Amino acid sequence: MKRSQIVELIDSSLAEEFELDRDELKPEASFIEDLELDSLDYVDMVVALEQAFGFKLKNKEDLKQIRTVGDLHEYILKKYEEFKQGEPE
Amino acid sequence: MQVQRVVITGMGVVSAYGRGLDPFWSGLRQGKSGIEYSPELKDVPGLGSCISGRVPELPEKEIPRRYRRSMSGMSLFAAFAALEAVRMAGLEEEYLAGGRVGVSMSSTVNSPYVLEDVFRKYLVHGTGVEQIRSTNFFKIMNHSCAANVAQYLGISGRVISPGAACATGGQAIALGAEAIAAGKQDVMLCGGADEVHPLTVGTFDMMDAASVRNWDDPGRASRPFDSDRDGVVCSEGGGVLLLESLPSALKRGVPILGEIAGWSMNCAKDLVSPDPRTMRECILSALQSAGATPGDVDYINAHATSTIQGDADEAAVLARIFENRVPVSSLKGHLGHTMAASGALETAAVVKMMSDGVLVGTRNLENIDPDCAGINLIQEDCTKDVHAVLKNNFAFGGINTALFIRRFTA
Repeated sequence: MKRSQIVELIDSSLAEEFELDRDELKPEASFIEDLELDSLDYVDMVVALEQAFGFKLKNKEDLKQIRTVGDLHEYILKKYEEFKQGEPE
Repeated sequence: MQVQRVVITGMGVVSAYGRGLDPFWSGLRQGKSGIEYSPELKDVPGLGSCISGRVPELPEKEIPRRYRRSMSGMSLFAAFAALEAVRMAGLEEEYLAGGRVGVSMSSTVNSPYVLEDVFRKYLVHGTGVEQIRSTNFFKIMNHSCAANVAQYLGISGRVISPGAACATGGQAIALGAEAIAAGKQDVMLCGGADEVHPLTVGTFDMMDAASVRNWDDPGRASRPFDSDRDGVVCSEGGGVLLLESLPSALKRGVPILGEIAGWSMNCAKDLVSPDPRTMRECILSALQSAGATPGDVDYINAHATSTIQGDADEAAVLARIFENRVPVSSLKGHLGHTMAASGALETAAVVKMMSDGVLVGTRNLENIDPDCAGINLIQEDCTKDVHAVLKNNFAFGGINTALFIRRFTA
């Protein structure tokens, strides 16, 4: 997947899971202050993204550092690269 | 010791007739049936019944996602009913959050649809718990309806969840009334809600208590006290009564719709079969708790779910106490058995009967079963000045409840 496709899949997953308008999903948007998500939503965000991408996002310490939509984009992009490198040729 | 009188200042309904008390009452008055053919039941192996009463689609997005994410279908029913009751009673946000308002509400079982989804992922898809949303837990915890209603409305008083199968609504009202009578809360939102799932219908079917004749006209299947009845028709819905202490209602100057003047709860000697001795004791105890006698009762809203044994036993108990003096009807001919919702839904109908001076007869009661004779069964709606009503609920698990509801007089 290209970067733009990954970002699109993240945003569409978030929009569906949390009933958000796509306009709200700006990279600088804070999950807590701007999008009004809470700790329970963070837990379900992981499940939604794991289902969308088909790989695990187990490191909860990493996830706790994610504050904005842009943070999440970068985190998933990194995880996607790691996942690809781990895949058998 | 009863300290405060307990009155009704709000009511809310979600039923097969739709959302709201108005469609509920007009559906009953028009003699409409809420029962329809349910194709999803037809293909379930071993299930003999394929009819039920379903709630039409609700505008669920009226409830913000933050609250809705933890609600199953039954919690949505409860939430919409509770909101209607709160609005009717004119309670503002600040009052709800002040610690003097509580919730007494439950269901027969946890949401079977959510449980099915969880166990499909866990067992069938083999994904264990990996794909299960955390919010699912809040949809299937035992106090899901009560807790979700409390969160949604910002209620900060006591929240209790008295699950008692088909007597849940009656028991929730009785326990809410006790909290108010004892001065522990000024207001209690009381009731119950349930969804219809093949498992619900199957539970009755397994015990030969479900209607399996599958009439061409599903609206004729639920026939309390009728000689052609063959069992329960399951329905879904939510019913909520807003109970309030009399001083609180008078202070707020809101219309008083009725009074929960007496109540009783006890346990039968059998998990499944009706127990006439304890049913009778429960009814007499409810009257006694209000300082009333059988002669004070103007109308009886029976539990009568259209089962062979249950209707006959209830009729026999009523005949022994009231002979054939008091009009008796069951609303399950219209709506089927709304299970945990039935106690509050039917009490709401009783309050409307008292205010409008009309009794709703039993739909589909065409030929009174000789086993149900000896009481004054009303087959048609009729006008009557009603001052006091007995409302029964009897449930699997041996739970009996009886409420004595009076028109309010100062």
